[in-house]
Amino acid sequence: MSSLAATVQIIFDEPGCAKNGSKSEAERRNGCTKQLQPGSAAGGCAFDGAKVALQPFTDVAHLVHGPIACEGNSWDNRGAVSSGSDLWRTAFTTDLSETDIVFGGEKRLCKAIKEIIDKYDPCAIFVYQTCIPAMIGDDINAVCKAASRRFLKPVIPINSPGFVGSKNLGNKLAGEALLDYVIGTREPDYTTPYDINLIGEYNLSGELWQVKPLLDELGVRILCCISGDGKYREVASSHRARAAMLVCSKSMINVARKMEQRYGIPFFEGSFYGIQDSSESLRQIARLLVERGAPTDLLGRTEALIAREEAWAWGAIEPYKPRFGGKKALLMTGGVKSWSVVAALQEAGLELVGTSVKKSTKEDKERIKELMGHDANMIENMTPREMYEMLKGAKADIMLSGGKSQFVALKAAVPWLDINQERCHAYMGYVGMVKLVEEIDKSLSSPMWEQLRRPAPWEALAKAMEQMQSPATALADPALAEKSRRARKICICNRVDLGTIEDAIYAHRLRSVEAVREHTNAVGGCCQRRINEILVSEPSAMRQAAE
Amino acid sequence: MAIVTTPTKACAVNPLKMSQPIGGAFAFMGLGGAMPLLHGSQGCTSFGLTLFVRHFKEAVPLRTTAMSEVTTVLGGYENLEQAILNIYKRAKPKIIGICSTGVTETNGDDVDAYLKLIRSKHPQLAKLPLVYVSTPDFKGAFQDGWEKAVARIVEVLVDGPNASRLRDPSRVNVLPGCHLTPGDLDELRVILEDFGLSPSFLPDLAGSLDGHIPDEFTPTTVGGIDVGEIANMGRAGWTIAIGAQMRRAAEVMQAKTGVPFRVFERLCGLCPNDEFMTFLSEISGRPIPLKYRRQRSQLADAMLDAHFHIGGRKLAIGAEPDLLLDLSGMLSDMGTQVTVAVTTTQSEVIERIKTNEVIIGDLADLEDLAKERHCDLLITHSHGRQAAARLKVPFYRAGFPIFDRLGAGHQLSVGYRGTRNVIFEIANLVIAHRDENDQPTPDKWRTGRVLPRCAGHRSSTVATERSVA
Repeated sequence: MSSLAATVQIIFDEPGCAKNGSKSEAERRNGCTKQLQPGSAAGGCAFDGAKVALQPFTDVAHLVHGPIACEGNSWDNRGAVSSGSDLWRTAFTTDLSETDIVFGGEKRLCKAIKEIIDKYDPCAIFVYQTCIPAMIGDDINAVCKAASRRFLKPVIPINSPGFVGSKNLGNKLAGEALLDYVIGTREPDYTTPYDINLIGEYNLSGELWQVKPLLDELGVRILCCISGDGKYREVASSHRARAAMLVCSKSMINVARKMEQRYGIPFFEGSFYGIQDSSESLRQIARLLVERGAPTDLLGRTEALIAREEAWAWGAIEPYKPRFGGKKALLMTGGVKSWSVVAALQEAGLELVGTSVKKSTKEDKERIKELMGHDANMIENMTPREMYEMLKGAKADIMLSGGKSQFVALKAAVPWLDINQERCHAYMGYVGMVKLVEEIDKSLSSPMWEQLRRPAPWEALAKAMEQMQSPATALADPALAEKSRRARKICICNRVDLGTIEDAIYAHRLRSVEAVREHTNAVGGCCQRRINEILVSEPSAMRQAAE
Repeated sequence: MAIVTTPTKACAVNPLKMSQPIGGAFAFMGLGGAMPLLHGSQGCTSFGLTLFVRHFKEAVPLRTTAMSEVTTVLGGYENLEQAILNIYKRAKPKIIGICSTGVTETNGDDVDAYLKLIRSKHPQLAKLPLVYVSTPDFKGAFQDGWEKAVARIVEVLVDGPNASRLRDPSRVNVLPGCHLTPGDLDELRVILEDFGLSPSFLPDLAGSLDGHIPDEFTPTTVGGIDVGEIANMGRAGWTIAIGAQMRRAAEVMQAKTGVPFRVFERLCGLCPNDEFMTFLSEISGRPIPLKYRRQRSQLADAMLDAHFHIGGRKLAIGAEPDLLLDLSGMLSDMGTQVTVAVTTTQSEVIERIKTNEVIIGDLADLEDLAKERHCDLLITHSHGRQAAARLKVPFYRAGFPIFDRLGAGHQLSVGYRGTRNVIFEIANLVIAHRDENDQPTPDKWRTGRVLPRCAGHRSSTVATERSVA
């Protein structure tokens, strides 16, 4: 068993990663995760990444070895869906206390494993390492090994304490754990020439099920999905698949590549976001399976299915074209999605005014240029403030992004749609893309925006008043300016204005505050000073004013 | 009255508890132009951030010192220094609130000393208040973090007595516990103002997380109590602390400025609000406004209407100590039996809860006991949704986080009006649940020869409920 540091180094040296491949030797040694700058808002840590990647395994107990923060603050917050067991949604944590930190947490971990097995009897237990037990030297590999032997049940250590790096690194560390301890440990009940693995697909909002019917129709069996709606025995026997698809994210490239290396399972990287992408992915699956010996009629059947589905999808998007005419969309997401949904949005008639390329590779950028032309607005980095200004300035009619920038758009009263992992709608495959267009339309055409952008009536009034009192208007309309001058309240308590007081002073030739008080309603208390000022001011001006 | 027990199991299942640092950071979110900073690994901040965003549906300022494996070994001084300088430069906050985490507490970072060093090295920070509070993850819970942070804010930011500054009896300090929502604070503000008092809330989440649309984009909090206003809190005539957790901050305030305080442990329920109103009337010298006499009467009427449905119910409740005392107390006053009570952390109030046993435990304890004792009403935060689905009982969401319903920030429970709302909501849940799941059939009572299972003094109310329904 290699150390954690060695594993991290191996992950950084991933030959399958395009971004890594284009780096110089020196850059590569630095690793692919940029250290987060202190003082910034945080993305997830490595533990978070590992948990995201593995938690969708439904019949496994996920035990977090750490203080309450790691699990207590984060559990049950993902939109993955299960077709069977809901054990994965139960949170287990050792909730380390101060005493555990002083005396070590290994015994507590071992007891916790036993408690889970006694009460829940899961297929397997995944034990997640976190920062503090890593610091105090709890050896979870050893505990898991002992527990597996004692309880005759797979107890898998997932060694990814948060402080080793980013969420993405955690995804990969989770993959390494699967490769080391799970994949290839069981045999499937039966195999077919149509068995595939989906790697890096999490079945968020059940989106896997938007694509699965198509695969079912073709007779393609998902032997294992890592990890959406996954089951332990499926991933343990996933080494018997004929081909694999690395879905969208690069989070688990190490799993796909090493399975190719170890078990000869060819893989391709594809996406089910977007119409053409879905078609391309189905084609690739068929091609790889046929190459591995599946009957060749699969190719023809796939093409027929693609033709039917595409015709349906384009047809379903068609009615939105006139509605979307001239509307501008801003796409703030990473990697493959920066171009994979572009085609569908363009087809629906939306104009893309920008797409972020922060997490995209060189090929991703090429694809964007292909789709959006060479003057495509590729945004490398945009601060929330810039984003807000851009939206407030109506340079885009809708923003599609992840949850983090949600409130930037909404507070600028601009339509926004979640297309990252926290979304509550499923957008995969042909039905998913039509659903996305539908959602965009719902958002864009809502009558709410117009009401929200209109200033409150009193604000409009206040603005008009301000204009009235400005010197420019005084020149333009002296009568109006004089009126507003005379309307100034002198006595606030009894609401007596300047005009009334001036008239009284002129008409009765008043000289003192007391006299003014006698002739008007002014109290002369707190406004004494103001009345005095009027009395000593230029009498000619006063007379003029009175006339 | 209640016996407090702590289960000896090694594995917490479905935690009720959340960690101290985010409770501390939450307190800083009620300060104007503030930037809370967690000194720890990036995940500590990221999880907390997600939790707040899901609860409030608002952008939430929260930053990290981004401790890595290496900096954890070497000590966090440089990360803290960089973080403060970066925040100072980019976000231009009026205050930075720093909470430690498990990582930095385990390796023993001396943050107070670090801050002194940082201040001496960077004179530009001289006028920027930096408030540090020690909140290790492996001790206490969310409420403790809040308690410590507020006490610390008072200690650092409130000015001591000053001869030239006169006390203003119409000014009142309000120290709200973390179980109050922005909506509760707004309600309290109106009540106090109706008595002619001008309140300063510390922290004031109603200014920052009440879900309004700010005119400008700001990376820091978009409202809350100003640092200047906090400094002047020593001029107030009284301090009102809400929830036992705020006693500590109120004591610090009194020790520092001499402002007397009174703790109101509960503000949900008829009698607690009678006490509160009487107190306000005394300190303001004004009679209880007509409005509140009317509201009291409305609450009494609501209690009459709702006791048929709430009375006799067997309640399973999981909440932080002060919220537990408040809600279980109110329901117990209505005739509900507090059958299972689970809380997160030690507190002086939990042994006074009107039940036999209070468990410092998790939601699995709550669920198992609720099942065993046939509870028919569940109250806890949103994480209780799975238990509620399995138990098939009416489920009222209360506390933090509430992420699967909208309007968590405006859920009202204080005052006569707030209590009335809570009572109606819970009663309606019970009614809806009965309509959907418990319609009478010709055979319903045929096999029902078994005596009512509820032990104790309130079995008669079950019969009442049936006859009314």
